Order: sequence, then C-alpha cells, then structure tokens
Amino acid sequence: MSDNAKPTPTNPFEPRIVAFFCNWCTYTAADLAGTSRMTYAPNVRVLRLMCSGRLDPQFVLAAFREGADGVLIGGCHPGDCHYQEGNYKALRRYHLLQKMLRQMGIDEKRVRLEWISASEGERVQKVINELVDQVKALGPLGLTPIPVPHHGAAARPAGEAKEA
Amino acid sequence: MSKPKVGFYWCASCGGCEEAVVDLAEDILKVVEAVDIVFWPVALDFKKSDVEAMKDGEMAVCFINGAIRTSEQLEMAELCRRKSGLVVAFGSCAHTGGIPGLANLYDREGVLDRSYNSAPSVVNPEGVRPLTSTKVPEGTVTLPELHESVSTLAQTVDVDYFLPGCPPPVKLVMAAITAILEGKLPPKGSTLAPDIAMCDECPRKESKPEKLSLPEFKRPHQVLIDPAKCLLDQGLLCLGPETRSGCGAACPSGNMPCTGCLGPTSRVKDYGAKALSAFASTLDGKESPAIEKSLETISDPVGTFYRYSLPASLLYRRVRPN
Repeated sequence: MSDNAKPTPTNPFEPRIVAFFCNWCTYTAADLAGTSRMTYAPNVRVLRLMCSGRLDPQFVLAAFREGADGVLIGGCHPGDCHYQEGNYKALRRYHLLQKMLRQMGIDEKRVRLEWISASEGERVQKVINELVDQVKALGPLGLTPIPVPHHGAAARPAGEAKEA
Repeated sequence: MSKPKVGFYWCASCGGCEEAVVDLAEDILKVVEAVDIVFWPVALDFKKSDVEAMKDGEMAVCFINGAIRTSEQLEMAELCRRKSGLVVAFGSCAHTGGIPGLANLYDREGVLDRSYNSAPSVVNPEGVRPLTSTKVPEGTVTLPELHESVSTLAQTVDVDYFLPGCPPPVKLVMAAITAILEGKLPPKGSTLAPDIAMCDECPRKESKPEKLSLPEFKRPHQVLIDPAKCLLDQGLLCLGPETRSGCGAACPSGNMPCTGCLGPTSRVKDYGAKALSAFASTLDGKESPAIEKSLETISDPVGTFYRYSLPASLLYRRVRPN
C-alpha cells in the first residue's frame, strides 16, 4: 500500500486508524453516517464487534503491530449496553491499557474510546476527523520490528542486529 | 550404541535454571546414565572450542536458558543451534524474555547510564564504560557488545520446544527429558507443559467466587493473606487465571499470588494484554474517576503483567521517540 511510504513534503503522513465499533450502537451510527452521505477522513478501517466489551486489549496491540498509528473504540452510552455491562468492562480495560501504553511510550492520544449511540452519525464523523488530525500531528507510531532468527548467521556482523 | 549427547547453556539469566537441573536430585543420576553431557559451562569444564569441534547436529539436544542481549549470547545460541538436533528454550527468560526482558522499557544508553553513572550507589568519576575493545599493555582485550533490546531465544534462533517457568518446575524438566529420550515428543514448537490455566491445580480453587467485583487491588505486604481462600477474592493480583499450569500452584500453595512465570496458554498471543484485560474487568467502578482511582493500586502495569514476557509481547519494547 502506498501509505507505507515515508512521509515527504509532497507525500504527507496519512495515519492509519483501526476502529473497533460495537454492533448495536457505534457501528449502526457509522452506517447512518454513510447512508446520510456524511464525509469523513478516509484513514479509518472499521471492524465490527458485537460489543465494546469484546475488545480484547490484544486487538489494540495487534493493530499497532500490524501498522496502525491510532485506534478508535466505539461503544454504547453507559446504561445502554445491549449486554448490560460490556461497555463498563471496555471502559475499565481502556483505562488500564492507557496506563500500560504510557509506560511503553505510546501517546494516550493514539487510543480513543467514545460512546456513540445508533442515532449519532454526526458524532462518528466528528470523532474520526478529530482523531485523524491528532494522530497526524503525532506522526507515525514507529514500533521496533520484532526480531526473527537469521539463518546463515555467519553473514551477520558480530555486534547488534541493527534496529530500524 | 553411544549415548545421546546433551548440552546446557546459559545466556541472560540468573542461574536459577541451572539450579532447576540440579533440583532433579536423585533423578539426575538416571539422566546421566542415559545421556552424555558434553557441554555445561556452569558445572563441567568444557570450552567453546569443544563445541566448535563437534559435527553439526552432533548434540541430540541443547537446553538453552536466558534471554539474548549481548553479541556473545547470540553467537553461542547460534553455535549451539548448529551443533544440536533439538534446541529447547529452558525457562522464562529464553521462553518469553523473563526479568531481563524488562530492560526493553529502556534502551542500551539508558541501561548503561544507570549502571555506570546515575544509580545512587555508583562512584565512577572517570565515567568508565565497558568497551567492546580496549588496549592494555599486554595487548587488546575484548568484551561482548550489549544489544539495544533484549530478545527471546526464539527471536534469535530456531527453537524446537519451550520449557516454561522461573525456573521450570522439576516435574516438567523430568517429563521433557523422558519424552526426548523415548522419542515421544509433541509437534515442533510446542510448550512442554499442560495447556490449561494454573487455577486448575490450585488448592484454593474451590473458594474462587463465581463473579469478582473488586474496589481495588492489594499487594502482598498490605494484607494478612488468608491461606485457604482464593487470592483473587482477597483482592490480590494473582495471575493464575492467565498462566499455564505445571508448577502445582507452587506460589499460591506458599501463600503468595502467582506472578505468571509459566507464561500464557496456547490460546493467548500477548500475555500481558490478556492479563490486563482480565484484571481490569474485575473492578467494580463504572465511571472514569472511580476506575482511575482503583487503578492507582496497580502502580506498574508493565512490571506486573509483563514481568516475564515483555520481549515476547506484541510491542516487543518501549516505543522510541521519532
């Protein structure tokens, strides 16, 4: 994909955002935004979960590992969860995940949790545009690649396998 | 027929894994009867040149413990890999990075600065630092180079099996050696431990409540621990539900919470993220301020949830500024 290229003045940084939306509220709101022909930044890849409570923090880290620069999590407003408590669990996980990500040097502005009900198409538009601008200002995430074994080790210099 | 040849090697580790081999006690005699130990720097006088003189694949199996964080460890891991039919990552550090893996919260410069300059106990007015090469009157002496990041064994060489634990429980070590000798090994890449959570073998299992709802977490020194009741129910961060069994619930049996040394079961990709998920959801707060207040009782999430597995995590290390 062309957006893997290094940003240059003529090819500015376009962040990749992975959005996890719950089936009952935020995904429906995104659908409403679409059918209402609202436009928003095209940097977002939306994944539908049945509930924000299904969002395993592993998904957020996997998104970053696979090249995302930001993650958006959307769920039902407190008290409105289709499964009663899923969004509260998402909120608790979100706060602990943010605390852990801070220690790992990842700016908290890269991960955003929003309650967006099925009727709030405009809110989807607004939140996505805001997040894209924020992540654009932060720049690419730049994770260190996970090392893999080198076969034919003799060809490698004796020192550090240089990291990107 | 000659006996199969076995090697042991250590990289970035504390030496506890070597103790685990000695902890086989009388059983080690059975092992020595069945195999020839041809390399074990901590206990027997073999040199690197002895390993270099071997044919490729001459050792039946080499058990390597410790993470990889220097050029020497990398070179030795690659040498042992070449000379062995099987390589077993022995213990938490080789398996998932272990305690040394927490250095991935820093970089090489930060580690060296702490050790040779900024730690309160350091007196080093000349600012001496380890160099990979130094000229002295007798000639040039060398030291291995410290890597920027700590890696697991499998991130540096091809690993056939993993024996988890800090150190691996004696029962698992003996079972692994027996399986190798009898040729009854599971598929390559397997972790040689039961694939079920530690709670399954915990003597406190019966007292684990159906649903947990905690106002905060407690650390072992803050509470008088009831020796019979589930540690989670007492508000302690016991990582048993996220951790592989195989240790006989050694820590909970000793009235201490599990810290997760056996690593995840096969269904989990990132141990820390999964553990974080489970513990966060047991809190009872429903609004951000209350939740954040509860979370103040986890002062070091990375050190708590990735205590043994930071290099094996999806993030691998702390992100460096652009």
